[in-house]
Amino acid sequence: MLAWTIYISFLGALAAAVFGRGRPALARGVALITSIGALGLAIAGSSRLNPGEINVIAQVNWIPSLGIGYFLAADGISATLVILTGIASVAGVLFSWNIVHRADEFFALFLALIGGVFGVFLSFDLFLLFVFYEIAIIPKYFLIAIWGSTRREYGAMKLALFSFLGSGMVLIALLAVYVLSPVKTFNLVELASVASLPGQVWLFPLTFIGFAILAGLWPFHTWAPTGHVAAPTAASMLLAGVVMKLGAYGALRVAMTLFPEGLKIWQTTFAALAVIGILYGAGVALTQNDFKFVIGYSSVSHMGFVLLGLMSLTAIGLSGAVLQMFSHGIIAGLLFAVVGRMVYERTHSRDLSFLEGAGLARKMPFVSITFLLACLASMGFPGFSGFIAEVSILIGTWRHLPVFTILAGVGILIGVGFTLRALHKSFFSPVPEDGSETSYEPITMPEKAGAILLLACTVLIGLYPRLLFDLIHPAIQQDMFKRIISGA
Amino acid sequence: MSLTLGILIPLLGGLILFLTRPQRHIARAISAGATGILLFIILTVALKARGAAGFETAERFTWLPAIGLEYRLAVDGIGAVFLLLTAIVFLMGIFAASQTTADWRYFGLLLILEGGLVGTFTAQNFLHFFFFWEISLVPAFFIVRIFGGPNRAAASLQFFIYTMAGSIAMLLGFLALFLATGTFDLTELARTRPSGGFGALLAERLAWAGMSPETVGAVIFLLVFLGVAVKVPLWPLHGWLPATYVEAPTPATMVLTGVMSKMGVYALVRLVLPIFPEQIERLHAPLLALAVFTILYGALAALAQSDIKKLFAYSSLSHLGYCFLGVFAAAKAGAPGLENERAAAINGVLLQALSHGIIAAALFGFVSFLERRTGGALTYESYGGLRKVNPAFAGLMGLALFSSLGLPGLSGFPAEFLIFKGAFSLAPVACAFAVVGLLFTAAYLLAFYGRVFLGPLNVNRAGSLDLNNGEKVVVVPAIAISLALGIAPQLILAICNPAVTALVQQIKF
Repeated sequence: MLAWTIYISFLGALAAAVFGRGRPALARGVALITSIGALGLAIAGSSRLNPGEINVIAQVNWIPSLGIGYFLAADGISATLVILTGIASVAGVLFSWNIVHRADEFFALFLALIGGVFGVFLSFDLFLLFVFYEIAIIPKYFLIAIWGSTRREYGAMKLALFSFLGSGMVLIALLAVYVLSPVKTFNLVELASVASLPGQVWLFPLTFIGFAILAGLWPFHTWAPTGHVAAPTAASMLLAGVVMKLGAYGALRVAMTLFPEGLKIWQTTFAALAVIGILYGAGVALTQNDFKFVIGYSSVSHMGFVLLGLMSLTAIGLSGAVLQMFSHGIIAGLLFAVVGRMVYERTHSRDLSFLEGAGLARKMPFVSITFLLACLASMGFPGFSGFIAEVSILIGTWRHLPVFTILAGVGILIGVGFTLRALHKSFFSPVPEDGSETSYEPITMPEKAGAILLLACTVLIGLYPRLLFDLIHPAIQQDMFKRIISGA
Repeated sequence: MSLTLGILIPLLGGLILFLTRPQRHIARAISAGATGILLFIILTVALKARGAAGFETAERFTWLPAIGLEYRLAVDGIGAVFLLLTAIVFLMGIFAASQTTADWRYFGLLLILEGGLVGTFTAQNFLHFFFFWEISLVPAFFIVRIFGGPNRAAASLQFFIYTMAGSIAMLLGFLALFLATGTFDLTELARTRPSGGFGALLAERLAWAGMSPETVGAVIFLLVFLGVAVKVPLWPLHGWLPATYVEAPTPATMVLTGVMSKMGVYALVRLVLPIFPEQIERLHAPLLALAVFTILYGALAALAQSDIKKLFAYSSLSHLGYCFLGVFAAAKAGAPGLENERAAAINGVLLQALSHGIIAAALFGFVSFLERRTGGALTYESYGGLRKVNPAFAGLMGLALFSSLGLPGLSGFPAEFLIFKGAFSLAPVACAFAVVGLLFTAAYLLAFYGRVFLGPLNVNRAGSLDLNNGEKVVVVPAIAISLALGIAPQLILAICNPAVTALVQQIKF
C-alpha cells in the first residue's frame, strides 16, 4: 500500500499537467486530492507494517546483470518519513492555494517532487534510491527559478549545484561499493550484511557528506538559507520539511549502515561539525534582519541536532534524530508558511525592522497565535514534538560526547534567544495606538486549515510521542543498525 | 483522579476565558471559582496526606517508556504544603487584580500558570515535572510582557532567558542521570541511590575520558542545581529578580514571589536533596556561603532601596536564602543522632516556603493598594504619617511586616526558628552569620514602616482612603493564616513532618 504513495503522486503530477492547463482551480484540486490520498495511504500503510523489520513491498529484478532490482520496502523509519512527506505535501498545497501563474506546471512539479521523495524513503536498492533522489532534485530547481522571489535564479542554481555535488559524491561511493563488495548487488540489505567492506575510511565521509550536504551539514549548508529565501512558500516548506530529510535519511540509511567502521573513525569529527552547525545556525539567526533568513538559519541549527543524534551511535540518540527529522519537518513548514505566505504576501515585506512597527499582533490575531505556538515548538518546549526529539538526542549524546552535549544545550538557549527576538520584532512589539491604518486581507480557509493541520501534528506528537516512537524505536533496533550501535 | 482534576480545572478555566473573552468581572469570577474548587480538592488531598509518610494519592499511566517518561501524579506531606500555598496565593492574587487593566487575558494567563504549578508540585517523574516547570514559564512571561510597567519588554526577556538557561542545564543533568540509572522516577531515584551517591554509576555509564566519579557527580549535580538556583533564586543568579518583580503588575508579583519562586524551593527539597546529598556535602562550605551571602545581600540591598517595590523584591531574595540554608545544612554528613536536626531544618524550610509565600504575597498586595492611592508613585517621598489617616491599613500591614521579620506568634517565627535549630548543630558558622541577616531584616522593615506610616503626615496623602472591604478580603485571611501558624505550627507540621522524616531516612551517606 505504501508504494502507491509514489505512484499516485506521479499520476497526480501527470493529471495536473495534462488537464490543468489554463484551469488553476482544477490543477490545485488534483494536487489536494492526490496529496490527501497519499497521506491517507501513508498512514494506513504504516499502521499495518511491522516497524521492527524490513517489510518488503515490491521486489523484482530490473537489471539482473548488474544486480539492480526494483526493491521497495519499509520499516518504521521509512514509515515515519513517508507520513511526514504526506503531511508536508497536504500543507504545501493548502499554502499554495493562491498560485495562478502557470498553476498546472507548479502543481505538476510539486507532485513530482513529492513522488521522488516518497521513492527515496521506500527504496532499498541503492540504484533505485539514487534515481528517486535525482527525480526529487530537478523539480526543486524549477519551483524556485520560476515561482521564487528574492534572487531566485541565484538561489535555485546554488541549490542545484550543491545538490549535484552531493549526489556526485554519493554516486562515486556507490560505484566504489559495487566494485569493492564481494556480492555484486545494489541491494542495500545484502550490502549492509557484508562483514566488512574495504575502503571505509574514505568511503564513509564521501557518502556521508554527499548526503548530509542536503541536510545542511556545516560548512556545506550555505545553499540552505539562500534556497529557502528564494523559494516560493510551498517550496520552502518542502525544502526544509522533507528535502533536508532526504539528506539525513540517506546519511543514516546508506552511509552509516554500509560503513560502520568508517563511521567510528569519523564519529567525533562529524559530531563536531553538527554542533558547530547548531551554534552557528542559531548565532547567525540571531543577527538576521530578513524574517525568512531567520527561519532559514534556524533550520541549519535544528538539522544540526539530527546529525548530532546520528553521531551519538546509541539507539535512543538515533531514534531521537529520526523523530527530530519529523518534528523539524512539521515546525519548519509551519514557520515558513507563516513568514512566506501569511505575512509576506500581505505586507510585502520580510524586513523585521519594518514589521516591528506594523503592529501585526492586533491586525492578524490568528497568525500571531499560530506563530507564537510555532515558536514555542521551535524552541523545543515540552508539549511539542521537538522536546521529546531533543531530549532523546541529548540522552544519546551524553554517553560519549559530553562536551558536545553541553554545547548543544547552549545552542538550545541561543535558539530561545533568536526565536524570542523574531517573535518580539515581528508580532509583539508595542505600537502606538494611532499606528498605520493599513488593514490586510483576511486569512483564507486553506491557510487556516494548513496551519491547524501542522500545529495539530506537532502537539499530538508532543503530547503522545508513542505514536511515532513505537514506529522508530523498534526500527532502530533491527539488524541493519546493530553494527552501528552495539560496537559503540 | 482528583490530582489530574486539580491540574485540569485551572487549565480548562483558562481555555474557557481565552475562547469566550468575557467581561472583566465575569473573568474574575470564573478564575476565583476555579481556584476555589482547586482549594477544596487540595484540602481533601492534604488531609489525606496528613500523618502518612508515603504518597497517598497516586495516578499513573505509561507515556513513553523508551525514554522513561511516565505520567505519575502523587502527593505526600511535602507536596501538600506547596499545593495549599498555590491555591491560597492565587486566590489572593485574583482578588487583588487591578480594577482597570486586568482583563480576560490576564485571568486566563493566571489560570494557566496555576495549572502549571499544580502540575509541577504533583509530578513524580522528572520529565513530567519538567513539562509543567517549563509550561508555567510561558504565562508568567506574558503576564509581565503584556501587563507590566514601562520596561516590561526587557524585564520579561531577561526573566525568560535566565530561567531557560537554568532549565536547560537542569534537563541536561537529569538526562545524564537517566542514562546512568534508566529511570526518571523521582521516588525511584531517591530510593535506589547507592551509598556514595550516583557518582560512580555516572562515571561508569558515561565513560568520559579520565574523569573521577566525584567530578562526574559534581558536574551533574551542578547542572541540576543551576536550574533550581536560578528559579528561587540564589545569589549571584538573581539578576532577573529585581527587574521582573518590579516591572510585573503588582498583583502578579504576588504570585511570582508567592508561588513561582517556591517551585525552586520545592525542587530543592524534592529533586536535589534526596538525589544529590553527597554532592551537596562535598561542596558544603561554598554552598552555605552562597546561602548566607544571599540572605545578607538581599537584606542589605533592601535596606538601600528607596523604591518600595524593589525593597520587597530584595526582601524576598533574602528570605528565600533561609530555605537554601536549611536544605544545605540538612545535607551535612555526621553522627546518626543528627536526624532530628535534619528533620527540623527541612520542616523549617517548608514552613518558611509557606509563610513567606503567603506573607510576601500579602505585602505585595499592600504595595498594590499603596499604588492605587498614589497613582503608582512608590518612593518614600510620596508617603509619611499614613497611620493617622489609615489606621487599619497601618495595623494590618504592620502585622504582615512583623510576620516577615519573624516576630514570635506569627508564622515567620517558627519557620526561621526551625531552620536555625537544625542548622545550629549542622552548620554553626553559617548559622551565626545568617542570624545577622535577621537584624538587617528588622532594620529595613521597621525603617519602611516608619517612613510610610509614622512621622508627620505627607500633605499629598491627607485624603488617603483606608482599606476597603475588597482589599481586606485579600490580606486579612493571609494575616489570619500567619497568626494561626505562628501560634500552632503543628497545623502544617502534622501534614509534612511524616514525609520529612521519611525523606531524612533516605539521606544516608
